[in-house]
Amino acid sequence: MIKNIQLLGQKLIATVARLGQASVFLYHILLTMPGVLIRPKLIIKQLYSTGVQTLIIILVAGTFVGMVLALQAYYVLVDFGAEDSISQMVVLSLMRELGPVITGLLFAGRAGSALTAEIGLMKSTEQLSGMEMMAIDPMQRVMAPRILAGFLAMPLLTAIFMAVGVLGGYLVAVHGVGIYEGVYWSLAQTKVDFYTDLMNGMIKSVVFGLVIVWIAVFEGHDSVPTSEGLGQATTRTVVHGSLAVLGLDFLLTALMFGDI
Amino acid sequence: MSFSRGSRKIFDDISLDIPRGKVTAIMGPSGTGKTTLLKLIGGQLRPEQGTIKMDNNDVHQLSRKDLYQLRKRMGMLFQSGALLTDINVFDNIAYPLREHTDLDESMIRSLVLMKLNAVGLRGARDLMPSELSGGMSRRVALARAIALDPVMVMYDEPFTGQDPISMGVLVNLIHRMNQHLHLSSIVVSHDVPETMSISDYIYLISGGKIVAQGTPDDLKNSNDPWVQQFIAGEADGPVPFHFPAEPVMQDLLS
Repeated sequence: MIKNIQLLGQKLIATVARLGQASVFLYHILLTMPGVLIRPKLIIKQLYSTGVQTLIIILVAGTFVGMVLALQAYYVLVDFGAEDSISQMVVLSLMRELGPVITGLLFAGRAGSALTAEIGLMKSTEQLSGMEMMAIDPMQRVMAPRILAGFLAMPLLTAIFMAVGVLGGYLVAVHGVGIYEGVYWSLAQTKVDFYTDLMNGMIKSVVFGLVIVWIAVFEGHDSVPTSEGLGQATTRTVVHGSLAVLGLDFLLTALMFGDI
Repeated sequence: MSFSRGSRKIFDDISLDIPRGKVTAIMGPSGTGKTTLLKLIGGQLRPEQGTIKMDNNDVHQLSRKDLYQLRKRMGMLFQSGALLTDINVFDNIAYPLREHTDLDESMIRSLVLMKLNAVGLRGARDLMPSELSGGMSRRVALARAIALDPVMVMYDEPFTGQDPISMGVLVNLIHRMNQHLHLSSIVVSHDVPETMSISDYIYLISGGKIVAQGTPDDLKNSNDPWVQQFIAGEADGPVPFHFPAEPVMQDLLS
């Protein structure tokens, strides 16, 4: 019994220590940000690899999520004769929850894992050490542009996910189950509040983006420079990133929409 | 200077001088911390006790900014080459020049081509690091290490894993560069004949201590059995061939 408590305590201390390390790591990166802002090329290159290369998966997933939402909404609402409200359900679900959350999960899986693998490999092949010995700060040249690019890419990807989701819902609602086109768009327009629904969703996406790239970059930098260590770090990025998205989503939803 | 990793003592109160303009070799068996020593000199690791000075600057007392200034005067050739894999050979060598100088692109181009010419790879400027052989990678890394015209270059196992031709080229390059550029070189290696052929002074390290030091001739003529075993590459001697275990017969019959 005592041993189990000791083990639990050890785990807890190790977790808190790691969180502390990650916070100091982020602090060091943030200190180097001014140097990154004057080198937009570095950010644009990372925006391409974290944002543009994640675009296809976001477009496909967003379309299907919107289509499924519309279909499920129709099956429920048709019993009450309220199938005209499909767009309201699709748009609000996408903007408040599914847009930022699913984009976050996909971003952690696609861009987060790639970031960890890339930085971990740079560490294991001594590229980061090499930069340090060339008097070039890897925090500024490698880590900071990736953090900033992830921070910028997530809200853009979320907005795209929401947009294609709404279009996917439109396809099913209007061309699939025969809802009048004008009803679909007018309800989508009148029932959505710009600040409460859209902006809160975007705020969530910014928070998720920052947390995911922070985890991804830290895990890569802190990885054991072996193939096994790199694999474990990549897995941790996806698992911790996804759990962080879901946990933070609850907190943010409670703060934004609830009275908790 | 002393340095430990966890409970393991890597260096136990060692002291060594790297004279200006000479090739100093640090030799010893694998796992004795030769690469760690270079990282300590470069300020990437901090010693537990003692100081490391370069040009009277205590490397570990410098601010981050001053340490980076000092590193501009050091070059380091990593064992893996450590080339940036997402840019080509030309850009790898231009990288420190673009970061630390205000030279225009035409001047940078000339400098990069001169450095590449010195290592015989001017024609490989457009290749990506993944397209280079091991020997070529080290030569490109060597060109990058001297890009900022450092006063000191550290070579981490420059000959490991090289075919005889590449090894000969590298030995020759390191020797020539040291002579012509008046560098102070530190060569960390366990390739005995190649390292001895270009070194002015050698430190042999084992078990966290300097076990022998001197010119290559001093070491060749040494009576120390450990030194002789290391230089001759004998399988058994003061460093036993077998990892500590119970007698073989006892083990087989048990």
